[in-house]
Amino acid sequence: MGFKLLSFRGGTRPPGNKHFTKNKNIEKAKVPALVYIPLKQHVGAPCEAVVKPGDQVKMGQVIGKQMGFISVPIHSSVSGKVKSIIPFPIPQGNKEMTVVIENDGLDTLDDSIKPRDINALSADEIRNIILDAGIVGLGSATFPTHVKLSPPADKHIDTVILNGAECESYLTTDDRIMIEQADEVVAGLRVIMGVLDVKMGYIGIESNKPEAIAAIEKVIGNESNIRVKVLKDKYPQGCERKLIETITGRQIPSGGLPMDVGVIVNNVGTAAQIYKSIITGMPLIEKVITVSGRGVENPRNLLVRIGTLLEDLIDDCGGYAGDPGKVIIGGPMMGMAQHSLEVPVTKCVSGIVVLPKEEVKDEEILPCIRCGKCVEVCPIHLMPLHISAYSLKGDYESCKKFNALDCVECGSCSYICPAKRPLQHSIKVAKEAIIAENKGKASGDQ
Amino acid sequence: MNNSLVVSSYPHIRSKETVSRIMLDVILALVPAAIASVIIFGWRSLLVIGVSVLSAVISEALIQKIMKKPITIKDLSAVVTGILLAYNLSPAVPLWIVAVGAVIAIVLVKQVFGGLGQNFMNPALAARAILLAAWPVQMTTWKKPIIDAVANATSSATPLPILKDGETWAKLPPLMDVFVGKVGGSIGEISALALLIGAGYLLIRKVINWRIPASFIGTVALLTWIFGYNGLFTGRWEYHIFSGGLMLGAFFMANDYATSPVTPKGQIIMGIGCGVITTVIRLAGGYPDGVSYSILIMNIAAPLIERYTRPRIYGEVKANV
Repeated sequence: MGFKLLSFRGGTRPPGNKHFTKNKNIEKAKVPALVYIPLKQHVGAPCEAVVKPGDQVKMGQVIGKQMGFISVPIHSSVSGKVKSIIPFPIPQGNKEMTVVIENDGLDTLDDSIKPRDINALSADEIRNIILDAGIVGLGSATFPTHVKLSPPADKHIDTVILNGAECESYLTTDDRIMIEQADEVVAGLRVIMGVLDVKMGYIGIESNKPEAIAAIEKVIGNESNIRVKVLKDKYPQGCERKLIETITGRQIPSGGLPMDVGVIVNNVGTAAQIYKSIITGMPLIEKVITVSGRGVENPRNLLVRIGTLLEDLIDDCGGYAGDPGKVIIGGPMMGMAQHSLEVPVTKCVSGIVVLPKEEVKDEEILPCIRCGKCVEVCPIHLMPLHISAYSLKGDYESCKKFNALDCVECGSCSYICPAKRPLQHSIKVAKEAIIAENKGKASGDQ
Repeated sequence: MNNSLVVSSYPHIRSKETVSRIMLDVILALVPAAIASVIIFGWRSLLVIGVSVLSAVISEALIQKIMKKPITIKDLSAVVTGILLAYNLSPAVPLWIVAVGAVIAIVLVKQVFGGLGQNFMNPALAARAILLAAWPVQMTTWKKPIIDAVANATSSATPLPILKDGETWAKLPPLMDVFVGKVGGSIGEISALALLIGAGYLLIRKVINWRIPASFIGTVALLTWIFGYNGLFTGRWEYHIFSGGLMLGAFFMANDYATSPVTPKGQIIMGIGCGVITTVIRLAGGYPDGVSYSILIMNIAAPLIERYTRPRIYGEVKANV
């Protein structure tokens, strides 16, 4: 490409390791005999079960109803019989009430699922469809999409950005979606732009995905209000704040949201899901997931039913290669390490990375040598060495003065640190303490 | 199922950077200057370096044992301190002074203040300053370069005293001799060429950045050119930048992690400050060279500079400050 790649100050480039799966088509994963569907898979209030053990359910039927505005319903991903409703581990590490369904293997569709004519729908009708389909941010944030598409009247939104950066190592989910479902991605972007009445849409893609860039550009053709922005491949380019800055030059004010600078960002997978759910009537019951890493026999990109256990997925990929050291839900920079495979795929899962034992080192933590590399890589231009030092001493007041709350928790500082200090982790501890204290103050004032 | 899965907070991957790898890079970058020194002064240089390194490593291990702390000599930082101390000494210095200097650097300047990363002054430079105050005669007895002893006896004088005194400018050695190091001086400072080779390696390896060295050397060049002996803008800046301890100080000591600011703006201020003080001492002070004192003075100012040069954070709102 003959033009200059867009980028930002700070950041780092961990080994991409995308070669394991980047050229593999998305394939349907085996649908297991039992699915475990947690009633909380999104940011916001958990759902309330509307089925009970013994009930027959159909594929796409609502099994958990939305509670409040910031919440979405949850659907059955198979047809069959409800076996039980029990507390069960979720990827975040805690347990949530989970509907266990025995799959009858028939995939009998729920009566509510009917194709629609997209041109006959108003903006509000589309928002309702998105809500009823249980769609949340599929990049792993899981914020309810209908809420994002309902900005307050005083916020003027003029730009929609689709996030196709996929800066995490190993993951090729968004890459494959852009290659194989380019039409749906672009159509989804048009729907979002229509709902928000916005004239300009961008799709930000890192330069290491030339096939995806070509596929999306082909679909866009001469359309003048949608553009692909090619970004330098650097971590954390996919961080919302950096993506908006890189593409529009606007900085979200400290503590603010993208809508404060007139921008709404959605993941490319979310856009494709919006379009598909509108056209087919099918709610969000399956997700594209990259299963990768040197610890798995046959890395693949899979279309997985929500509620499939990790152990079923690893089996589907030929099992472990050698002794596993770490199983990570998400990517290695920001993902969540799991202690067991008895955890279901939920709406937040975009990848599973298995690191073999030899890649999991228990590294010795040395004193800070003040090399300043953490300052150099911090995308928010914080001074991680100082915030971390204060946090370890329990001096959260000083952490606050050093802007700990602005940390986006990308982990670049911990990644680069030659002394292997747990910088990001200690900053997160400080953040949580400051937030808890602010909440305490707020409730004390009342 | 397998119960041996490791659970820890992210990131789950770490860069290959390590403290000992950084120190090893610095050691490698200092090798060309050692070779140059042996060529110019003979094996005596290597002896001084060896005694200094050995004394530094042994005293670090001993003091940590006495203080009941983990022994950290394998991080190689004591080796670096040992080499830098030797580089700041005359090749003719008595070996027992070298050993005393290494003990001062490690015990008094580094470990007493908390060890690696905690010292507030550059250990090698602080030790040299103490040695110079304690044994001024031994510390300023210089050795003639062996390779030039026969060919050109006059070039054994270091250019800095000559630069101070305009009457004797005719005695200045050829610039090329100064650049490659065919002049007198401390063990490690004489060959700008050898030091620049090492500095280039550190820049490529991203162990150091350009900010402190460039602003330090740039400031010295600019000021020595402006305030020339024969009037404004007549200075022999090209001799100034390749003479004395400037290259060694700018690339290997002023930017020492522990004793310089981590902020980009702070690093530039640090470099300019070193440059100004070095020039003032060189042109108007009692010593021929001011590099090591300028760095020590700026070391003390570094925490303050860092505090006032915090980077503007992403999305910073004025009302929040």
